[in-house]
Amino acid sequence: MIFWRRVACVVLLVVVGVSLAANWLAPAGYAKQYREAADAPPSHAHWLGTDEIGRDRFARVLYGTRISLLLAPGAALLSTLMAALIGGLAGYLGGAWARAAMAVTDLFLSLPWLFLLITVRAMMPLNVSPLVSVLVTFTMLGLLGWTSAARVLCATAGSLRDADFVRQARASGIRGARLFWIHVVPNLKPVLYAQFWISIPAFILSEANLGILGLGVAEPLPSWGSLLKELEGLVSVGEEPWKFVPLILLVVVVTSFQLVLSKPDEVAA
Amino acid sequence: MLRRKIARHGLAIVATALLGGLLSATLVRLAPGFDTDEAQLDPHLNSASVQALRQARADQHNIFQFYFHSLQRAMHGDLGTSLSLGQPVGALLRDRLPLTLRLVGLGLLLSWAAVMALALSAAWLRAFAYDTLATVISGTLLCIPAAVLALLSVLWNVPGALAIALIIFPRDYRYTRNLLAKAYSLPHIVTARAKGLGELRILFWHVVPVAGPQLLALAGVSVSLAIGAAIPVEALCGLAGVGQLAWQAALARDLPLLMNITVLVTLVTLLANSGADVIGSVWRGQHA
Repeated sequence: MIFWRRVACVVLLVVVGVSLAANWLAPAGYAKQYREAADAPPSHAHWLGTDEIGRDRFARVLYGTRISLLLAPGAALLSTLMAALIGGLAGYLGGAWARAAMAVTDLFLSLPWLFLLITVRAMMPLNVSPLVSVLVTFTMLGLLGWTSAARVLCATAGSLRDADFVRQARASGIRGARLFWIHVVPNLKPVLYAQFWISIPAFILSEANLGILGLGVAEPLPSWGSLLKELEGLVSVGEEPWKFVPLILLVVVVTSFQLVLSKPDEVAA
Repeated sequence: MLRRKIARHGLAIVATALLGGLLSATLVRLAPGFDTDEAQLDPHLNSASVQALRQARADQHNIFQFYFHSLQRAMHGDLGTSLSLGQPVGALLRDRLPLTLRLVGLGLLLSWAAVMALALSAAWLRAFAYDTLATVISGTLLCIPAAVLALLSVLWNVPGALAIALIIFPRDYRYTRNLLAKAYSLPHIVTARAKGLGELRILFWHVVPVAGPQLLALAGVSVSLAIGAAIPVEALCGLAGVGQLAWQAALARDLPLLMNITVLVTLVTLLANSGADVIGSVWRGQHA
């Protein structure tokens, strides 16, 4: 149990480390085209072959991993902060505020996640620079992913509102924002940490889904979603197995996250 | 009491669906490039035709006015006309809905059959290796993006319903396994097992009454998951259902179509969840 969690931690550290070293491991970069070797199989020069316009797939996997792995936590942080602000405040204030916040939450939750994502993503400009597309994709994930956490935080903050220590603080003259930040928010921290870590693999998978559907990170910037889009052109699995490397890497990373986050009894099972 | 609960759910469903429609209409209206239409760039059109195209979109500028008129027309069965496909929305939905319902229904059936078979056998066998294997399978499927499963289903010539089942299976399995494991560890069920009662009798007499309402709630949630899964499956497998229509509408910023699909999806999701909740309440009342 502890062994597998340690293995998962090591895997995550190695993947993050290797992706951060992309500049040294693949100095030519993700956009350089080797026109004489387009759609080439793996070789000494190109460990994972090249894509249909001659870009080194290994370099693209490294840079794509960096983008997906660094920006997913950013989106998770944004969604966690939003959940804390909306859910935590609604629970703390209670009454009509809590009802209104939960009505909005219910509205978001009543739409399937992927449907909501493609609808909102399609509302935004599609022909934007690659950097803007990265920011748009992950900011959108962060702005839409707060709802389920907000529900939990609203309930937790609601239970804290009438807790003895909050009453005591109120009686001693602490009110409003100060009471919320000093006495309520620190007690929401365990839920916020859990929400942050749970969101990361969820956002990695969501970005991959958007990328495959053509609504993710724009070319030539790579991400796991845009790399997986290559699978669309496959005729059979055995034909070019090296094209599955981004998928294998994604599965390994998300599995590692699940192992690190799972409860001890679940890992044992 | 039950009537009041159903009425409350009904009101919540209507209010949420209307709000969902308004939200999607607002998002589309505020989206950059809403006023531009590719047809306006057609060099074959003269200025009068371009003006006519602009006029056609003019009544959509005030979002509340547009939404109110749309609701009025919807009361009379007119759901508007799709801007991108040029066909009545009602007819489009009527054409596409049966396929999606069949896909989602079959997907749910296959998924739940697999979930119950695996979760029950894991609870009955209580074999570490078997439980681990089932958990590894569901865990691996959970880590594969839905769109990749849809692509692989095309590659392996697997029916769309099976792809949907594979997408929702791991989410349902995880909760079902934990629910059943928790139910089977209850003292009265452990005692019944120790006394030699048959597994089926224990299941239907002791486990189902305990875990039933939660499983029903999970079944309600899985409808929403299946509808979400239908989007990549239909879009990538080339299946002409509502999921593919939603995809096309989103890409084309087709306001009337997107608004109606949002209301439809919201209604189906809320109906499934509320239905599960009401049945669960009745169930709890009977077994209390």
